[in-house]
Amino acid sequence: MIRNTLKLALISTALTATGAIAQDVTITIESWRNDDLALWQDKIIPAFEAENPGIKVKFTPSAPTEYNAVLNSKLEAGSAGDIITCRPFDASLALFEAGHLADLDDMAAMSNFSDVAKSAWQTDDGSASFCVPMASVIHGFIYNKDAFAEVGVEVPNTEAEFFAALEAFKADGTYIPMAMGTNDQWEAATMGYNNIGPNYWKGEEGRRALIAGDQKLTDEAWTAPYETLAKWGAYLGDGYEAQTYPDSQNLFTLGRAAIYPAGSWEISGFNAQADFEMGAFKPPVQNAGDTCYISDHTDIGIGMNAATANPEAAKTFLAWVGSPEFASIFGNALPGFFPLSNEPVTLEDPLAKEIVGWRGECESTIRSTYQILSRGTPNLENDTWGASVAAIKGTSTAAELGAKLQDGLASWYAPHQ
Amino acid sequence: MPPIRWHIVVFLAPAVLVYSAVMIFPLFNTLRLALYSEVDQTRIFVGMENFRTLFFDPIWSTQFWNALGNNLWFFVIHMLVQNPIGVALAAVLSHPRLRFAALYRSAIFIPTILSFVIVGFAWKLILSPIWGIAPTMLDAVGLKFLFAPWLGKEEYALTTLALISVWQFVGIPMMLIYAALLSIPEEILEAGEVDGITGTSAFWKIKLPLILPSIGIISILTFVGNFNAFDLIYAAQGALAGPDFSTDILGTFMYRTFFGFQLQLGDPHMGSAIAGGMFAIILIGVCIYLFGIQTRMRRYQL
Repeated sequence: MIRNTLKLALISTALTATGAIAQDVTITIESWRNDDLALWQDKIIPAFEAENPGIKVKFTPSAPTEYNAVLNSKLEAGSAGDIITCRPFDASLALFEAGHLADLDDMAAMSNFSDVAKSAWQTDDGSASFCVPMASVIHGFIYNKDAFAEVGVEVPNTEAEFFAALEAFKADGTYIPMAMGTNDQWEAATMGYNNIGPNYWKGEEGRRALIAGDQKLTDEAWTAPYETLAKWGAYLGDGYEAQTYPDSQNLFTLGRAAIYPAGSWEISGFNAQADFEMGAFKPPVQNAGDTCYISDHTDIGIGMNAATANPEAAKTFLAWVGSPEFASIFGNALPGFFPLSNEPVTLEDPLAKEIVGWRGECESTIRSTYQILSRGTPNLENDTWGASVAAIKGTSTAAELGAKLQDGLASWYAPHQ
Repeated sequence: MPPIRWHIVVFLAPAVLVYSAVMIFPLFNTLRLALYSEVDQTRIFVGMENFRTLFFDPIWSTQFWNALGNNLWFFVIHMLVQNPIGVALAAVLSHPRLRFAALYRSAIFIPTILSFVIVGFAWKLILSPIWGIAPTMLDAVGLKFLFAPWLGKEEYALTTLALISVWQFVGIPMMLIYAALLSIPEEILEAGEVDGITGTSAFWKIKLPLILPSIGIISILTFVGNFNAFDLIYAAQGALAGPDFSTDILGTFMYRTFFGFQLQLGDPHMGSAIAGGMFAIILIGVCIYLFGIQTRMRRYQL
């Protein structure tokens, strides 16, 4: 009798144990947004788990510069998470072609997004989509309103006004005119070249012509931004050559710099750090009244590891990410990452609102080097980092840089040969 | 026929197995990987093609020679600065009348046990033009004009990093030479004293010839360590080894190629080819030392 009871007890524990395993599925998200860890853990994941009992979500980010390498090795080794945060264009396309990302075309939530939004995560012919678009980031300049008021500088619209403002801050001496360094290199290209560049190459028009081979990197439209960058060097802080990205962020949020060449992703961090009022202005145009172009870069998508053990749970999560509800939580939890879904989302953050408002005034484009052009060796995006740094430091002229980049691109890209 | 001595095999087996599994097999597999390439998701055998690209395609070869040149300079700085300072420190420490020798010894050795990440980060902060104490300290003695953002200038960055590495590792030659100096018997030095050789000339004429084999070993350790270096550059300057690749050494070049960086996708096959090149360079260097120098070195029986 005792033995039977024991058996029964054992069986029932075994049953409940398996029951618990079947119910509670844990899915893991790979991401490079380690800055957003708290937001995912406190806002996004609880909202999803409340609606979907039985699915637990774990957000496990790695450092942005290491993400691609770490993710690739994990996928090769079969130890990657169920959900993969997608870099735009080729990095993710390569993962899809290697069979690491699942095809998501049959997901109903994909119809919430425009074709432009989806384009960053599609095959070249647009036949398959493999990531749900999450957010884009917009480039421009964030400025310290107190500093502008104190020194008596107007917010610039044209390039002449922009350099006049920098000159005024330099003459005044209280503030470093602009907070940017060249030590980490990418800011020079991302917040420098691709920030001001679209005004020169006329956004999508120039970008598409470059991909088609109708324009060359030696053309005026593509070298002129380097000439402008060359003028930046004089207005960056002392020793900017060794200034890192966090250094620049800190200089600005401590109120020691007046202008910060930015991506909108800085907003939430700056809101938390800075105790002065901030504003934003668009990349300056040549003449007042010119059409303005902004880099509204599709930056984050989210897809499914094709080898996941929990495809159902992962798809449930992705469908939720594609819903307007997520867009609203995400857009407001992370001001500066602007949702891409068709449903308009009301943003509350004033700075984010100001920046997203540019979408109505200017033509949007994406970063020039991201689609197709960074497929070969040498890598155009990485070379653009070096070129932008060289332009700012004045170690090469704009014409030399254009010629070097064009040679590199032409060495492997057929439309330019 | 003598009996097979099984116990030798049994006792050697664990070490041989573990060493083969974690060292020999990966090494040869990496070399094998360098002979393949990937076309349309399938791996194909291409023979020496990757090495031909690496050495003769201008896009790759300029990067390779740049990395190799930087690596040589990195090594030269260590040989010219780290090892003489190590020897000098050991000579001072072994002086019988030096007080607090144990304290100095530990203090100089401690950086060696620190992580590269800590060393890289700490020095980056010290030398930072914005928050660093280096500009402030130079300012305090009126030498502010000497300060430059060293890590951000093409012409100084590599030398600066090499000197940081010297600061970190100077304890190793110091300890090895110190041990060698301590093993020199008193009688020899006393015999020298009787002949009138004292002080510095005792160091140059008696001690230095006796510690030469140790200096040789240190040189080869430095050589292997420098040509395998990666961590410090990566921690301080990132995978692009800026500014403008002026601090790019073979380790960072290999990492960037093998694992990819930002939009550049990883290429394990070219990466393995670079790793193969590094292996060959180190092998040749060590062989030159072993057969060219060590066998000719005069040894003294103590």
